[in-house]
Amino acid sequence: MAEYVNTLLFGFYPYLCLTVFLLGSYLRFERDQYSWRSGSSQLLRRRQLIWGSNLFHIGILVIFVGHFVGLLTPIAFFDWLGISHTAKQLMAMLIGGVAGFFCFIGMTMLIHRRLFDPRIRKTSSFGDIAVLLLLYTQLILGLASILVSLEHLDGSEMLRLMTWAQDIVMFRAGAADGVANVHIIFKLHLFLGMTLFLVFPFTRLVHAWSAPIWYLGRRGYQIVRRRGA
Amino acid sequence: MSHFLDRLAFLKKDAEAFSDGHGILTTEPRGWEDAYRKRWQHDKIVRSTHGVNCTGSCSWKIYVKGGLVTWETQQTDYPRTRPDMPNHEPRGCARGASFSWYLYSANRLKYPMIRKRLVKLWRRARRKADPVAAWASIVEDEKKAKEYKAVRGQGGFVRAEWDEATEIIAAANAYTIKRYGPDRIAGFSPIPAMSMVSYAAGTRYLSLLGSTCLSFYDYYCDLPPSSPQTWGEQTDVPESADWYNSGFLILWGSNVPQTRTPDAHFYTEARYKGTKSVVITPDYSEAAKFSDLWLHPTQGTDAALAMALGHVILKEFHIERTSDYFEDYCRQYTDFPFLVQLEKQGDYWVPGRMLRASDFSDGLGETNNTDWKTVAFDEETGNPVLPRGSIGFRWGEDGRWNLEEKDAAGAHTRLRMSLIHNHDEALPVAFPYFGNRKHEHFASTDHADVLERAVPVKKMALKGGETFVVTVFDLLVANYGIDRGLGGENVAATFDDDIPYTPAWQETITGVPRQQVIEVARAFAENADKTEGRSMVILGAGLNHWYHMDMIYRGIINMLVMCGCVGKPGGGWAHYVGQEKLRPQTGWLPLAFALDWNRPPRHMNATSYWYAHSDQWRYEKLKVDEILSPLAPEARLSGSLIDFNVRAERMGWLPSAPQLNQNPLKIAKAAKRAGLEVADFVVRELKEGRMSFAAEDPDNPDNFPRNLFIWRSNVLGSSGKGHEYFLKHLLGTVHGLQGKDLGEDGAEKPEEVKWHDEAPEGKVDLLTTIDFRMSTTALYSDIVLPTATWYEKNDLNTSDMHPFIHPLSAAVDPVWECRSDWEIFKSIARAFSEVAPEVLGKEKDVVLTPILHDTPGEIAQPFDVADWKYGDVEPIPGKTMPAITVVERDYPNVYKHFTALGPLLERLGNGGKGIAWNTADEVKGLGDLNGRVTEEGPTKGMPRIESDIDATEIVLSLAPETNGEVAVKAWQALSKITGRDHTHLAKPRQHEKLRFRDLQAQPRKIISSPTWSGIESDEVTYNAGYTNVHELIPWRTLTGRQQIYQDHLWMRAFGEQLCVYKPPVDTKTIAPVIGRRPNGNPEIVLNFITPHQKWGIHSTYTDNLLMLTLSRGGPIVWLSEDDAAKAQIKDNDWIEAFNVNGALVARAVVSQRIKPGTVFMYHAQEKIVNVPGSEITGTRGGIHNSVTRTVLKPTHMIGGYAQLSYGFNYYGTVGSNRDEFVIIRRMDKIDWMDEPAEPSKEARS
Repeated sequence: MAEYVNTLLFGFYPYLCLTVFLLGSYLRFERDQYSWRSGSSQLLRRRQLIWGSNLFHIGILVIFVGHFVGLLTPIAFFDWLGISHTAKQLMAMLIGGVAGFFCFIGMTMLIHRRLFDPRIRKTSSFGDIAVLLLLYTQLILGLASILVSLEHLDGSEMLRLMTWAQDIVMFRAGAADGVANVHIIFKLHLFLGMTLFLVFPFTRLVHAWSAPIWYLGRRGYQIVRRRGA
Repeated sequence: MSHFLDRLAFLKKDAEAFSDGHGILTTEPRGWEDAYRKRWQHDKIVRSTHGVNCTGSCSWKIYVKGGLVTWETQQTDYPRTRPDMPNHEPRGCARGASFSWYLYSANRLKYPMIRKRLVKLWRRARRKADPVAAWASIVEDEKKAKEYKAVRGQGGFVRAEWDEATEIIAAANAYTIKRYGPDRIAGFSPIPAMSMVSYAAGTRYLSLLGSTCLSFYDYYCDLPPSSPQTWGEQTDVPESADWYNSGFLILWGSNVPQTRTPDAHFYTEARYKGTKSVVITPDYSEAAKFSDLWLHPTQGTDAALAMALGHVILKEFHIERTSDYFEDYCRQYTDFPFLVQLEKQGDYWVPGRMLRASDFSDGLGETNNTDWKTVAFDEETGNPVLPRGSIGFRWGEDGRWNLEEKDAAGAHTRLRMSLIHNHDEALPVAFPYFGNRKHEHFASTDHADVLERAVPVKKMALKGGETFVVTVFDLLVANYGIDRGLGGENVAATFDDDIPYTPAWQETITGVPRQQVIEVARAFAENADKTEGRSMVILGAGLNHWYHMDMIYRGIINMLVMCGCVGKPGGGWAHYVGQEKLRPQTGWLPLAFALDWNRPPRHMNATSYWYAHSDQWRYEKLKVDEILSPLAPEARLSGSLIDFNVRAERMGWLPSAPQLNQNPLKIAKAAKRAGLEVADFVVRELKEGRMSFAAEDPDNPDNFPRNLFIWRSNVLGSSGKGHEYFLKHLLGTVHGLQGKDLGEDGAEKPEEVKWHDEAPEGKVDLLTTIDFRMSTTALYSDIVLPTATWYEKNDLNTSDMHPFIHPLSAAVDPVWECRSDWEIFKSIARAFSEVAPEVLGKEKDVVLTPILHDTPGEIAQPFDVADWKYGDVEPIPGKTMPAITVVERDYPNVYKHFTALGPLLERLGNGGKGIAWNTADEVKGLGDLNGRVTEEGPTKGMPRIESDIDATEIVLSLAPETNGEVAVKAWQALSKITGRDHTHLAKPRQHEKLRFRDLQAQPRKIISSPTWSGIESDEVTYNAGYTNVHELIPWRTLTGRQQIYQDHLWMRAFGEQLCVYKPPVDTKTIAPVIGRRPNGNPEIVLNFITPHQKWGIHSTYTDNLLMLTLSRGGPIVWLSEDDAAKAQIKDNDWIEAFNVNGALVARAVVSQRIKPGTVFMYHAQEKIVNVPGSEITGTRGGIHNSVTRTVLKPTHMIGGYAQLSYGFNYYGTVGSNRDEFVIIRRMDKIDWMDEPAEPSKEARS
């Protein structure tokens, strides 16, 4: 039974989440352009937003990049670079810990603002509040996992998770088996992480796809669009 | 194609550079730009306007998109003006531009609503009984009636079906008619000009029942009684374009940029052209910044300023040197040359009544109406002559009622204005002086009560013996205190003498420096002299809402008349308060009052009506002797103010509602039993005391106003003066009244009215309000019916500010379950016709009508005041008492009558203002246009009036202003009376017929008509009095001229023969409450001023979110920095204003622009938005009228006397309120009262 649940959650659930994430994002982008936005509440109240939002975004972006690189880069690459598993584990804990700390402070401010500023509370949708709380929980789980990792400074747990992630994206069978015995904190963290992908297209999170970065490399100051084709 | 795929353009070389790489040309998709294009795309534009009491009448484009009204913008397609005039457009203001908010707002009424407790009682009763019996079982049971009346205004509405709501109304109406009489039902709806058909819908229904239509123009105190007194005309004013023709503009108590926004551009343009302008307001208003000179007299003392200005003009332009233009004008167009008898009263000579032909033993050769032909001296011969045009020439003969300089026999005559060179002697004549009366808040002088001044007189041998006579002009000069070298006291040799009414004298009272008065007077008159009358005074509510408004106004009118400005382009009296000008009036009257079926309708002056029925008279503190002249003649002048009103009703001066203390449906039968004609029977019963006027006992349950309809109006949120009295006595619900009535106070009680120790509460059984939003009035009603907004119905709209007639058009159908007013009253009429047969069939109704202005009856009572009740005269209907008519009502056919044009127009013709014409052609034309009724029944073959557009066509076809054929007929009818051909004014447009669709295509100019005193032409802009001056049509007054001298006995009794300064009256509302209910904060007493505001849709709506956002979002009052400091009030503090009438709460706006001593509360701020509870009353807030109470003025009740005769909205008591004072103090606790109602108030479920 336990094995069945494990396969369902870590073997199949990831594909469900990724499918909904990609297809859902695509359909929403096609069908509902007006809802493709970050839903900023800055116009309603600046207080707590500037610090909260910046801390949160800096933290979460670092964490995101850390996870992306850390999980999906084949371990052989690190070996070739000469970074030991322990060193990688420590690096992940340190960078993740610092970024997580910033993120935690920022999110705490944002959640407080969202729930206790009457004007913000009144204009919040269920999704706005839910997605914040989900992220918050996931962040706390992630921070808690640092403590778990202290017991595995050899990086063995980390390796299992990397293997799982790479198995999933490479469509290798039996990915779930690799994480069957990891600490419950990691399991929860994985599950919630996948769930975030699942809810992503239905929330304001979609703005992550449209992060305003392209203008950074754009040439010219005056942009003229050609008459419609 | 695809937002996503289109962006996948990795292989395309994006971005082609230009301008050295500073710009790039991209190929990214542009579909999103359409969103911005669609923002301003729409499916259609419909022409409509805003049917609100604001005189704006602006043409608007209403945009519809996807079946919804989205926004509105100003129309700019008005016909062009002639080359030397600025165009009319664009017209409109921020208030109008925000109206579309209402259509889909949360405050929109969507369904019929009924008070829950009432509907429960009704459903229970209705299961067992027919409708009328069911209604009887509720209202006859005191406990049940109280159950729903006591919670009015406390919430508790439930949604209902139309059929149920109309059945309740119909049953209540039928029950009331059967039990008490049709005149116990009344309807209040103001300003027909703003949406004529919507108004007419309700009054047509009421008139078919025989119920009472209440006036509004007088009640709103927008009617200036001085206008009918002087000109015999309700109000007629220049259009705003005529301001541009003026050389000197005084704005006096009128705030043009704020309250006449669409017209203000003409003021700006006039200023650019070089017109000089003086603005006179106590506060630094928006208009003040336009002026060359801003005068700020103490509020309410404007008459003193006007008298001083008149003093300078009279002295410098009529006495010391003569302006030929002024003199010729005054000789021909004013009563200045007419003769007045002096009467001996005690030791004094006082000016009495005007001399009449009948005072001469030979009647000066006349036999017709000799009591009504006034006399002057011929300049050449010095003999008395009868100049044509006096009112005696108007009736009973033809061809001599005009202003030609001829005597009765047709000989040329030039009238003598003054006897200064031909007098027999100079007698001291006594004038009353009121400026010495003490008032806690207004300055007074210590001149004597009676001022004797020398006047040149002539001795004449008359029928009654030797009599001294004087001219009006000589009296006027003496009244102004100007020294003419005749010696004696009380005349001023220089402007610096402190003698009434010099510039020096007024300084004490108004605070305006004398030099400024002299300068303004000189400039004003000099301009008029040089331009032949192009000096104008724009005046408004700031003056007209005072108790003695007619003194202020007559002071100004005197200035204009002395300078020959009235009737001259760019000159005259421009009173813009209330939208009184219903241009196609004579076409509309038959539709509105069902004159095609029954005549006469029942009309009532609302001021007296509400005063009596909301029991404000029980609290009357103003005693008659406080306002009586020290020179009042011996007459019946005792009692309370309501006693004067009752006498006026008995003598046929004012209307009554209800009329008699009996059901008028029962009188005809009783007369038949007694074997008498109905009129004879009524006279006998009245005389013998078995019958009396309902007014003599308004607190008797038989005389209550049982059913009330309110539509297009917000009586309880805005216009109802004495709001808390309405709540207590009419509605019987929670109220904030603080005062005690005369009984509790042990004060003297009225003489003519029966006193009940226990004052009734909850007189009204059914209050029905029809509105498109949940107004304060709607909240207090029993049934609320949802109506169409101004973008959802078809209707007509006109204004006095421009000569165009506008349509209201349905841009979309009424939303949810709303219906147009026309459809609503049709529904009620249908329900009534179904319900009525339970108790009513064809009935004979006895209708009383007062002596009406512009009818042959207006010359009823030429001399003394005679009351038949005291045996002074015999009661003669239409002569010494109201006329009596028997009207047949066909109650089961009310609906059929409502929807067809009845037979009386063909049989009796149509007309107005004293002229009549045959209109059979138009009736036939309407049958062809609207179609004829095909159903069997009493209306078969008659023109249909099914839809609101059908109704507009009735108005447009029958009115001279919109049908050239009728205009020519009307001018012909008038030509016969004047003996001069006036048809040239309409002949060029004889074949023009304006139809509803024409108006929708473009605003159309109306056609010149004798209903109005100005003309539409290519040469002149519309100006009042133009046809009097240029066509020599007399003013409809005693002398046929501008009547400066008022000789009626009551005018003399109250010292108003000539204009005098009277200080504001003392309403005595402060002493009983000041300092009695401390909350720890200081209390100050300020004069309560309620001007028109900037952030409400004129006088009507202040719940518009957009407007509230521009203001402070709730009720506010303005006070000066000095007063605020005294009361420790800071800007935006919550304050309370209260007195014995009640209390209101608001936030304080502390501003330098307010004059110390006053507090401004821009009126009609409702208690439905952001209003906390009052510390004084313990109930929610209050409205601006919570601290006011109506106080009647006896001179406004005069009737049966030429221009001083009653007309609906024309003459009568007015509801003034500016003399009121309030206590202001900062609030201690702000209680929003948002906890649940107490169990006792809660509707039981």
